[in-house]
Amino acid sequence: MTLFLTALAVMVAGGAAAWMAGRRPWASVLGASAGAIGAAVALVVATEAALSGRVSELRLAWPLPFGSFHVGFDGLSAFFAAVTALVCGLAAVYGVAYLKPHAARRSLGPTWFAFNLLTASMLVVLVARDAVLFLVAWELMSLTSFFLVMFDGERPETISAGWTYLVATHLGTAFLLALFVLLGRDAADMDFGRLQAVSPDTAAVCFVLALVGFGTKAGFVPLHVWLPRAHPAAPSHVSAVMSGVMIKTGIYGLLRVVTFLGPPEPWWGWTLVAVGAVSGVLGVLLALAQHDLKRLLAYHSVENIGIIALGLGLGLVGLATGNAALAVLGTLGGLLHVLNHAVFKSLLFFGAGAVLHATGTRDLERMGGLIHRMGTTGASFLVGAAAISGLPPLNGFVSEFLIYVGAFGWLADHPGSGAAGLPAIVAILALAMIGGLAAACFAKAFGVAFLGEPRSDAAAGAHECPAGMRLPMVALAALCMAIGLLGALALPAAIPAAAVILPGLDIAGACARAREWLWHLGGAFGLLVALAAVLAAVRRRLLAHRTVTAAVTWDCGYAAPTARMQYTASSFAAPLLNSFRLLLRPEARVHAPEGLFPDGASLHTQLDDPFEHRVFAPLFRRVRHLAARLHWLQAGPSQLYVLYVAVAMLALLLWTLGAGR
Amino acid sequence: MTTASVSNVLLALLLAPLLSGVINRVKAVFAGRTGQPLLQPYHDLAKLLRKGAVYSRTTSWVFRLGPVAGLAAAAACLTILPIGGVPAPLAFPGDLLLLAYLMGLMRFVTITAALDTGSAFEGMGASREAWYSMLAEPALILGLAALAVHTRSVSLSGMLDGLARGELAGPGGPLLVLVAGAFAIVLLAENARIPVDDPTTHLELTMIHEVMVLDHGGVDFGFIQYAAGLKLWVFSGLLTGVLLPPLTGWWPLDCAVGIALILAVAAAVGVVESVMARLKLARVPQLLVAASVLSVLALALVLR
Repeated sequence: MTLFLTALAVMVAGGAAAWMAGRRPWASVLGASAGAIGAAVALVVATEAALSGRVSELRLAWPLPFGSFHVGFDGLSAFFAAVTALVCGLAAVYGVAYLKPHAARRSLGPTWFAFNLLTASMLVVLVARDAVLFLVAWELMSLTSFFLVMFDGERPETISAGWTYLVATHLGTAFLLALFVLLGRDAADMDFGRLQAVSPDTAAVCFVLALVGFGTKAGFVPLHVWLPRAHPAAPSHVSAVMSGVMIKTGIYGLLRVVTFLGPPEPWWGWTLVAVGAVSGVLGVLLALAQHDLKRLLAYHSVENIGIIALGLGLGLVGLATGNAALAVLGTLGGLLHVLNHAVFKSLLFFGAGAVLHATGTRDLERMGGLIHRMGTTGASFLVGAAAISGLPPLNGFVSEFLIYVGAFGWLADHPGSGAAGLPAIVAILALAMIGGLAAACFAKAFGVAFLGEPRSDAAAGAHECPAGMRLPMVALAALCMAIGLLGALALPAAIPAAAVILPGLDIAGACARAREWLWHLGGAFGLLVALAAVLAAVRRRLLAHRTVTAAVTWDCGYAAPTARMQYTASSFAAPLLNSFRLLLRPEARVHAPEGLFPDGASLHTQLDDPFEHRVFAPLFRRVRHLAARLHWLQAGPSQLYVLYVAVAMLALLLWTLGAGR
Repeated sequence: MTTASVSNVLLALLLAPLLSGVINRVKAVFAGRTGQPLLQPYHDLAKLLRKGAVYSRTTSWVFRLGPVAGLAAAAACLTILPIGGVPAPLAFPGDLLLLAYLMGLMRFVTITAALDTGSAFEGMGASREAWYSMLAEPALILGLAALAVHTRSVSLSGMLDGLARGELAGPGGPLLVLVAGAFAIVLLAENARIPVDDPTTHLELTMIHEVMVLDHGGVDFGFIQYAAGLKLWVFSGLLTGVLLPPLTGWWPLDCAVGIALILAVAAAVGVVESVMARLKLARVPQLLVAASVLSVLALALVLR
């Protein structure tokens, strides 16, 4: 624990030193290396703790009312901390080269201070054992990430994204404040060990508060609206951290609070499954409609948070009904997906950052053919794309497999269960839909960006990114393959965490079985890879002494093909989105060719987030309208405000006197 | 892993190209033509594997990866498919999901290879393939879920083994018919057959699967054709395994019957192709959603 806190101190101190260094050329390297070294140490400590599941605690004197500096590791904290440290460390390495072009224009020191503080505060959120400390770190995490989102603060859309994020995260925090006040009502202080729900009704209220409060951070639909705005606006290594791990603090918080609430009710699990199914399917559908690469990836975070919620929801159903197999498979699948999503989503954001770095655009319709100019980025992005689509032999399939088998196994054990089987069926249906849609979406994103002919001069003149950016991508792509093939070796890291979430269940047997199945799966994956290798060798051998020539793509005999004739991202996605048009209501502006000599035609499709435009925008308009009626309070003269202060003090004084009597 | 399960895989590898030969013969008989020899697909494969290659200058290694990875995925599926009551070489809980997702991998590499050519036609085919398979996937997986509940097993080998002989006429009959109906539609869609797609169409605009592989030739195209045969074999094996469980319990006979049934499915596909026209593009999703509805009904029936 001490080593872990020292690592955090190194991070923050290095960040502060980078800030002091200001515009000096080594400021960026200093901040990043402090971040990377600190994260590496934290990763080692947290991984050890996650595998062993040992509980260690540390309590320091802290002169804050109600709070104490109480931190500790258990399986759950350690698992999330290890994932966070992994992604943050690689993001720090990536960030140096990524931010370099900005160094001439501005000082990078403060950015690195904010980045390191963000990493440190996330890690403190994960190990905090006191509600006040937790909330302080939570707020610090929100504020530092807000500053990082505002990195490109000159652009109007960045400012709007930043404000949306700030408002959303604080609305979420308001629910958390209510939650912790409710939990600590009868406790002497806000130590996690003493927080508990006094009655089943309180527990139910607390669960809903946690679902909304933490769900805002995690990005559950419909609370996700800030996510696709804020994540693309941030620099790419920050997007990777926010999408890959920061939203997972919401999942962690929800799980942690559920452990305070005593035995869960089955409907908690049902709710989580429903939320997960809606988030998963809508997330991937909205992602399919995006032409902005980073925005597309951000919507996929909503989808993957949905998959995680599906797994954990099934786990809660299993816990509430005393079914160890379902509880273990759902929970392990959800937890493993936390790790897997962190790995492939940060990989994909790094890839998107490399593309942005090389072409200066995030618009898919202006890319194309990048794989010829950006070989390493393209290959890593393809691995990430296949992994996030849940395709064998990569890591995404492993976690989805566990959730699937949990649901299938439960159904097979309960024939004739009627409506009680609904969560399992919903999970299976949602996963099946998500699987097909995600593969379509990433075939589109990868295909349009990296394959074919360049659609713009920027894409034609693209260049591969520096080694400092390639290295983290290659490492993450290798990790995608390793967790896929050796999922059984990654699973033990999540087992102590599952034990924290599932108290009172005998999970050892179910965990051993899950591990055995993952070995089978790994064997099948190994066979697949071996088959592909043999076939590739056969193909090479057959073609070795034959004529292999190059020509143009067959275009049905058309003589002058241009890059603009290629299928675009919008055209690719159009039929799929049309199947869901009643749900999504995409807008299309069609200028059809008319007359005998048509003078041009155009088609523009657009799909706005239905929740943002039909739920939150009207709601906030109404709030602003009401708030405007209180405008007279804000007249301006400072005397008036002094008067307000005095009146408020007087009122408080009278209230205190009245209460004392 | 027994001799029987390995011999099933080897027989599948050997006989899979025969399926398209059977389909073509049946179609020829219906049309009153002499038709091509039954073994024509083998001659085609041998010829393709002897050829050199022409690659578009637009393409990259992704284009060359497609056929190799696709064939590897299709061949890996064979190791999960039980035939004639003999467990597959690879049988573990959840293997049915691996089968579904290996098919997904095959599709993904085909689609990316198509997009690699930069051709508008291949992009169009890729988009339609993604669209149809997105709709077919829930039907397949929910159908498998219904079977899992019915047989109380989550492994494909266990599931098909758990189906009792003659159950089609018994209490499980309606369930099996519903699931088989869903699987039959999925089979036609996934293997690009009429009424979903027409493998013999001559206009690029109307093709779906064929247009995606327009630029492949020689060895690569041989791999693709062979993988298509294996895929049809896997789906046919799944369909016959559901409808007609093994009869005798003596594996050499059961396996022979199982393989004969797979060839019979190919003949049935030939009949469907001969008597039906292709559906209008916009109608196909309705057919695929109908398959999902059949699966959901089966699931409701068994959970009731």
